[in-house]
Amino acid sequence: MTPLRRTPLFEAHRKLGARLVEFGGWEMPVQYSGIADEHHAVRKAAGLFDITHMGEVTITGPSAESFLNRVLTNDLSRLENGQGHYTLMCNERGGVIDDLYAYRTGAETFLLIINASRIEADMDWLNERFTIRALNDGTRLSNISEKTGALALQGPATASFIDSVFSGPSVEGRKVEKPTDLKKNEIAAFRLTGDQIWLGCTGYTGEAGFELITESRCVEAVWNRVLEAGKAHGLKPAGLGARDTLRTEMGYPLYGHELDENTTPIEAGLGWAVAFTKGDFCGRAAMEAQKALGIGKKCVAFKMTERSAPPRPGYPIWTESSNSHATGSVTSGTQSPSLGLGIGLGYVPPEQSKPGTVICIEIRGKQAAAEVVRKPIYKKPV
Amino acid sequence: MTNVPSDLKYAKSHEWVRAEGNHGTIGISDHAQQELTDLVFVELPSVGRSVKAGEACAVVESVKTASDIYSPVSGKVVEVNRALADHAELVNSEPYDAGWLFKVELSDSGELNQLLDASEYSSQVNA
Repeated sequence: MTPLRRTPLFEAHRKLGARLVEFGGWEMPVQYSGIADEHHAVRKAAGLFDITHMGEVTITGPSAESFLNRVLTNDLSRLENGQGHYTLMCNERGGVIDDLYAYRTGAETFLLIINASRIEADMDWLNERFTIRALNDGTRLSNISEKTGALALQGPATASFIDSVFSGPSVEGRKVEKPTDLKKNEIAAFRLTGDQIWLGCTGYTGEAGFELITESRCVEAVWNRVLEAGKAHGLKPAGLGARDTLRTEMGYPLYGHELDENTTPIEAGLGWAVAFTKGDFCGRAAMEAQKALGIGKKCVAFKMTERSAPPRPGYPIWTESSNSHATGSVTSGTQSPSLGLGIGLGYVPPEQSKPGTVICIEIRGKQAAAEVVRKPIYKKPV
Repeated sequence: MTNVPSDLKYAKSHEWVRAEGNHGTIGISDHAQQELTDLVFVELPSVGRSVKAGEACAVVESVKTASDIYSPVSGKVVEVNRALADHAELVNSEPYDAGWLFKVELSDSGELNQLLDASEYSSQVNA
């Protein structure tokens, strides 16, 4: 077994009393004060996550856009400088190699934020498809994951203090005076004591906030500055445990759970991130066939409607079409800290995927009633 | 440092027993509840069920995981802690008191001698 990798914040996490666990080959904080406590901090105030384990890839040059538009499902030509979107990388069968965020950080420059566990698979796939033309015209593909760190700052209180950390104006990407001028999915680089930090206005929690991307050597300084600035606003360090309950409440997929190389974006309910209006791209034909002929499974969100143990990945799902065997299974499941009941995501036959459909989750041999619900599973009271 | 009351017997798997006459009350240790983190659900055995020492007979669940609880002693389950149905967090806040799990009528009180005493259990968890 290869030794676990540690982020530049490993000692900082230890000092904060974090419980550290293995995640995607990294030793990462799963919680500090407690998953529920951190979860509520993010929903009500703010949380700061170390996401340095995630991968970063840059593509620069005249063919960057056309190359990426053939390997990613969404349409990058729609992105202006300093804009990004959620997209997927698929194989020829439409199976998902990774789900990611793609940003246009310059006219011919793109930044991809990819899953830690998929860095190798993604780089292999991208390199295999890199064209001679792109090579010859100087377009370059670089995996900068090793030297790049990332934080996620999430929660409604973020806007109250982020501008005090990064004074602006932005120096690259979207031209803005200050971080709070960035709109959803926009990205800009700011200077912080001479170093450059990219702030992408996005996240994985359903709350407003930013993902901060910078060189590894700068991560600890940024972490400390942000924690200090947010302290008076209820900011807490938050671990992967809360990150998982927060994203599950929103119905966001996690690679390896809802997504894998044998599942298409159409089956996963991510058709909105597939641009059939653009030219050809990997997996297009397979996904078009599914659109025309139908799919065999559909990802749904559900919540328990009776008192039960929390649903867990791998638990069988029984539906009306189940005779003597389960027709689906849970891919993500937890106790929702916001709702106080069991929630999850899973795959069922498409005819059982409508919100309101009654399903049963098999928990240790017993059936517990649940209901298919629309995403997000948790909606903030307005 | 975790709390290890001296009047209890402990299993290596972190359950405790409080013996009173031929009855034993069973719960999980302070160390165990800390390791398990915030509990959100507890599944207890049915009253009347016979359990063997070392048998998995309850499940405690945190936000992240489900963990089996093993009965440290053999006997018949005579009572379960019904308060836990609505308040699993009692296991975290009061692991030796309001957070007890179930009571058994001991079938072999000699089994108690095979369990760890407080100082042996302390050295196991603080090792």
